[in-house]
Amino acid sequence: MRPLLAASGIGKRFGGLQALDGVTLEVAAGHIHGLIGPNGAGKTTLFNVLTGLYSADAGTVQLDGEVIGGLEPHRVVAAGLSRTFQNIRLFAATPVLDNVLVGAHLRGSEGLLGALFPSPALRREQARLRDQALALLDYVGVGKHAARPAGELSYGDQRRVEIARALAAEPKLLALDEPAAGMNPAETEALRDLLARIRHDGTTLLLIEHDVKLVMGLCDRVTVLDFGRRIADGAPEAVRNDPAVIAAYLGSPAGGAPE
Amino acid sequence: MSARRLLLLLLAAVALAAIPWLVDGLLGVTWVRILSFAALYVVLALGLNITVGYAGLLDLGYIAFFAVGAYTYALLSSPQFGLHWPLWATLPLSAGAAGLFGLLLGTPLLRLRGDYLAIVTLGFGEITRIFINNLNSPVNITNGPQGVNQIDALRVGGVDFSQALHVGGFEVPAAYMPCLLFILLAALLAWACTRLQTSRIGRAWQAIRQDPLAAAACGIDLRRYKLLAFALGASAGGMAGGLFAGFQGFISPESFSLTESIMVLCMIVLGGMGHVPGVIVGALILATLPEALRALGPLQQALLGHVWVDPADLRMLVFGLALVAMMLVRPAGLWPRGAGR
Ligand SMILES: Nc1ncnc2c1ncn2[C@@H]1O[C@H](COP(=O)(O)OP(=O)(O)OP(=O)(O)O)[C@@H](O)[C@H]1O
Ligand SMILES: [Mg+2]
Repeated sequence: MRPLLAASGIGKRFGGLQALDGVTLEVAAGHIHGLIGPNGAGKTTLFNVLTGLYSADAGTVQLDGEVIGGLEPHRVVAAGLSRTFQNIRLFAATPVLDNVLVGAHLRGSEGLLGALFPSPALRREQARLRDQALALLDYVGVGKHAARPAGELSYGDQRRVEIARALAAEPKLLALDEPAAGMNPAETEALRDLLARIRHDGTTLLLIEHDVKLVMGLCDRVTVLDFGRRIADGAPEAVRNDPAVIAAYLGSPAGGAPE
Repeated sequence: MSARRLLLLLLAAVALAAIPWLVDGLLGVTWVRILSFAALYVVLALGLNITVGYAGLLDLGYIAFFAVGAYTYALLSSPQFGLHWPLWATLPLSAGAAGLFGLLLGTPLLRLRGDYLAIVTLGFGEITRIFINNLNSPVNITNGPQGVNQIDALRVGGVDFSQALHVGGFEVPAAYMPCLLFILLAALLAWACTRLQTSRIGRAWQAIRQDPLAAAACGIDLRRYKLLAFALGASAGGMAGGLFAGFQGFISPESFSLTESIMVLCMIVLGGMGHVPGVIVGALILATLPEALRALGPLQQALLGHVWVDPADLRMLVFGLALVAMMLVRPAGLWPRGAGR
């Protein structure tokens, strides 16, 4: 079966640093796919290449058969790939609900004329998007904060809002960059349930995560990067016992070994 | 529209229309003229607020769009080319030409951010003025530093906005006419801006202003929405320019200096960036402040027996002090957007 996301031979260089070196990544539809590796391995850089924030030096990217490599970020979203950021990037001064409505931007059709003189159909569309955004906030568990500026929320809640904002585009593939970072164990536990629910409800997930327990328990498949190269790819069990992976983690001062 | 909303709208219209009479009664008829200019500044400030306040694109050459609008109107309705086009054609053309100019300027600027954008737009503003100043040879288009004179008054159908209007037995004095027109247009623009702000487009601008990268990752086409903000702001400036030309009857390049760009920006900053009522208040205050400070001359004469400081110098002093005080006391403006918006 054709994978939902197929990236192959991705290369990205920053000056003298080869951040990505011929990386291949295939994400099957319906999976939660983990992307792990020590600090500086190139995980975020790969995300940035996939979502159009960086242009790759080499390689191709396809989403559901459509070439998305080299597209501008907003076109990647239109093609069905949405993401969150490692360092949360919400619109902090904007109410939580409006953050999610921005995420639904491509699903609206209101233009200049429609903003000034909305037709009944446009009014219905905007009301529907609003209802859906509110439902999404309930879905990720921050419904009660809908009217507050996003920057006022707790760290964990902001991560949830960012997930809701990305989901609002109704992506085929949702890419999350360390969603559990800064969360306490209880919050991480709730996040695991949320991610499992998102997958169950039909969205494929690509997950960068340092919390190895979370990754191993949740993912159907795991890809490991180290120094910009893919050093392992397979089922969580197999990856955990891969000597190359163990060496990479033991050899990295910041990373912990996957137990 | 519900009967209640219709009634409210009617009340608001009557209240706005009553302003010239009120101002004349309280302060005298010269203030009606001052208010007319102030209303033009409201249009300008609301336009710049779209670009700077909504989309976060710091434009220091905004007055160039005012100039393009003013010259478009002037050249199409004056002896300069012997053209006397009607207002319903010239005013949209003023707005359209300025909007097009905004698109042309905006396109190469899309990649610039913050300080760089400010510096380049500042340069464009000055270049535009110098260009207009020198466009009198080899072919005389703008009449150079002398400017364009005898520009046709604002006239729509049978209504001449430089003449008194008689409706039945009721007379609207000549001085009130442009004032009423400008208030009407400023009110319409304020309404449109308020609508835009809470629309899908307004949310996209808000996102771009706070974090362009995250906005793009939400599916927002940065190029398109930045250009839209540039073009819309420019069109409002162009419309104000056309009205200005028709109101004053003459224009020259010196009306479109950098100080004017800065002044309009100050109106937004003073009132509350991105907040329509704040911007209106800021524009009204700064546009009428110089006139109000004129009274300081006679006041010194009366109190001290001699005019010690020229009121014109005092103006800049008071203006500077007011801005510094503002930055310290109310950095978000006199009337910023409330929390949660
Ligand atoms: N814009 C950039 N310019 C220069 N170097 C960069 C840039 N982005 C990333 N790098 C470098 O590329 C390498 C990979 O970084 P990246 O952020 O992708 O790692 P990561 O796997 O996400 O690490 P972490 O787990 O710490 O988030 C690092 O050495 C980093 O310093
Ligand atoms: Mg990272």
